[in-house]
Amino acid sequence: MKRLHPSLIAAALLLALQGCGKDEPPAAAKKAEAPPPPQEIVVKIGSASPLTGPQAHIGNDIRNGVQLAVEDINAKGLEIGGKKVKLELVAEDDEANPTKATTVAQKLVDAKVVGVVGHFNSGASIPASKIYSDAGVPQISPSSTNPKYTQQGFKTTFRVVANDDQQGPTLAKFALDKLKAKSIAVIDDSTAYGQGLADAFEAAAKAGGAKIVAREHTTDKDTDFKAILTKIKGKKPDLIMFGGIDPQAGPMVKQMSELGIKAKFMGGDGMQTPNFIKLAGTPAEGVMASIPGLPRDQMPGGKEFVEKFKKKFNADVELFAPMGYDAVFVFVDAMKRAGSTDPAKFLPEVGKTQMNGVIGPIAFDDKGDLKNGPITIYVVKGGIWEPLETVISGGDAKPAQAAATPAAAPAAAPDAKK
Amino acid sequence: MIDTFLQQLINGLVLGSVYALVALGYTMVYGILGLINFAHGDVVMVGALTALSVCLGLAGVVPAPLALLAGAGAAMLVCTALGLTIERVAYRPLRHAPRLAPLITAIGVSILIQYSAALVWGKQYLSFPELLTPTSYALGGASITDVQLAIFLLACALMAGLLWFIKHTRLGTAMRATEQNAEVAGLMGVDANRVIAITFALGSALGAVAGLMVVMYYGIGHYFMGFMLGLKAFTAAVLGGIGNIPGAVLGGLLLGVIESMASGYIGDLTGGVFGSNYRDVFAFLVLVAVLIVRPSGLMGQPSGERA
Repeated sequence: MKRLHPSLIAAALLLALQGCGKDEPPAAAKKAEAPPPPQEIVVKIGSASPLTGPQAHIGNDIRNGVQLAVEDINAKGLEIGGKKVKLELVAEDDEANPTKATTVAQKLVDAKVVGVVGHFNSGASIPASKIYSDAGVPQISPSSTNPKYTQQGFKTTFRVVANDDQQGPTLAKFALDKLKAKSIAVIDDSTAYGQGLADAFEAAAKAGGAKIVAREHTTDKDTDFKAILTKIKGKKPDLIMFGGIDPQAGPMVKQMSELGIKAKFMGGDGMQTPNFIKLAGTPAEGVMASIPGLPRDQMPGGKEFVEKFKKKFNADVELFAPMGYDAVFVFVDAMKRAGSTDPAKFLPEVGKTQMNGVIGPIAFDDKGDLKNGPITIYVVKGGIWEPLETVISGGDAKPAQAAATPAAAPAAAPDAKK
Repeated sequence: MIDTFLQQLINGLVLGSVYALVALGYTMVYGILGLINFAHGDVVMVGALTALSVCLGLAGVVPAPLALLAGAGAAMLVCTALGLTIERVAYRPLRHAPRLAPLITAIGVSILIQYSAALVWGKQYLSFPELLTPTSYALGGASITDVQLAIFLLACALMAGLLWFIKHTRLGTAMRATEQNAEVAGLMGVDANRVIAITFALGSALGAVAGLMVVMYYGIGHYFMGFMLGLKAFTAAVLGGIGNIPGAVLGGLLLGVIESMASGYIGDLTGGVFGSNYRDVFAFLVLVAVLIVRPSGLMGQPSGERA
């Protein structure tokens, strides 16, 4: 640790110097005489997600989405306030670890990024957001759904997914209305995301009259769920809901079938991945999961994006690559409108975003949550995730928590009253 | 109620037999060298991932049992070679160094193996091909799959085999002699280097089988899966009395059952204050309690002065 420090500081200084050196002089020169742009300014966009560990596939997916956006924008050429701008990606690995997330956040701030796309985990996004807020760097999470993330009073926090106050109740409503679930067991992975989603689901399901027969916890590192599943089996639920990510959901579903549990299984966006089906094997059939956003092939730019992504990275989109991609465009769009690449100048513009991204229309409410984020429920059929139905969130199952998110409600109110 | 209990017991015994198999690797090395080989968990991981890769390559090409056998063979080969290399390169030069040096080396080797594996297999979760579809059998209200049964029986057979080997063969006798006093054993014509190398080879081969069991059972593997597994197995070895081979078996099975029971009942017993996520806490609490009463573990003899 001791030996690392000076070099880190030196690196940060170097980066900072480099940034200044490239930033200021051409800016001054440009204003004086416009036509021959001698140099382009380099603007750094940060990306923070787990690039190693059990969630690496999802974290890399996000980073790749961001990288694709940066390359697309550079290929097209970008001019902001009359200056040629080249975007540069600074990708950091937060290991899905809240402590590491703050280190990474500081590193990105020190590297003078103008905006950060990240983090993946709510448990990482929340502690990191304080650092971005203090530095005045806007942060757009492509995936963190815990409501607390945008409820801290920071001006710099945004997200391009629906939050769990929307996702949890949507899942619960689906479970009660469509699946006719009466007794439900709830499991979470003890993370801010998993537990938050499970809590929101549980509250809404209880309010809707279902009986929660068991509430169990595991961790985001575990692969053995036989014990808790055995316990749940004894309570005979007709539905098991899991708040967590696919490395746990996959083996869990597999072990469920081995124990002969017949209950239906559903979860949130963290397990709606091709990887889940691979991990769970045949028992994955019939498992349901919700994901904020439209089905990928119904996203306005979805099909094209999936193809482009596949061509570039030779990998399928796991989850949030389109959100990461759009987040970069939100930053660039705000910079264009502000005519500046200075976060202090374009930050207010981020909140006023009105654009059409790959995922659909993007606009934020006053807290930085995505307005009218749609939520789609999928089911595994024939080894792939197939969309079942899309719910425009905001109203329906909300009454139980209406006080918590007043901002999203008005826009969706007409829908809700039906 | 009773069928839930029986099911938890089965879950625990299967999990415990894997722990026991890995724990043997720790305990054998400790018995002879007095060294805690922290890299052992990662050797198991390498075995698991090797088996996974081989099975992935052979799935659909050859019948499932053959693919599994090939996977096990490859894993044992790779792990034995790895175990021997680690011993030769990392531990042998430090055999007469202060005890702290090989311990720190062990941790270093562990990290080295982990990140080498990350380079080879990547950092994401890998899924094991579905070679066998487990069939469940009813057992007095509980259910047990043939895979679980196979894991349990194979682990027991391997452990019994090892016990027999140590008690009744010349090599086993040499191992026990080296364990008791390496120098005197040397004077009697026992080649300590050879015995130690064989100990590492045996432990690693058993670990390879355990690794295959784990990836097959849970269906997933990743480059740091050895860490937690190793820690649990080490705990099992200490619980049973590190250095004592039957102790490792007992400790492993016990730890598996304790974990399983803890996650099954701790929530109800504490009125929901502690959830099933406290099972590891509970397992380690039991360890602490046992060590307070019997500092050398359940079956370990008080070591006295090692001459």
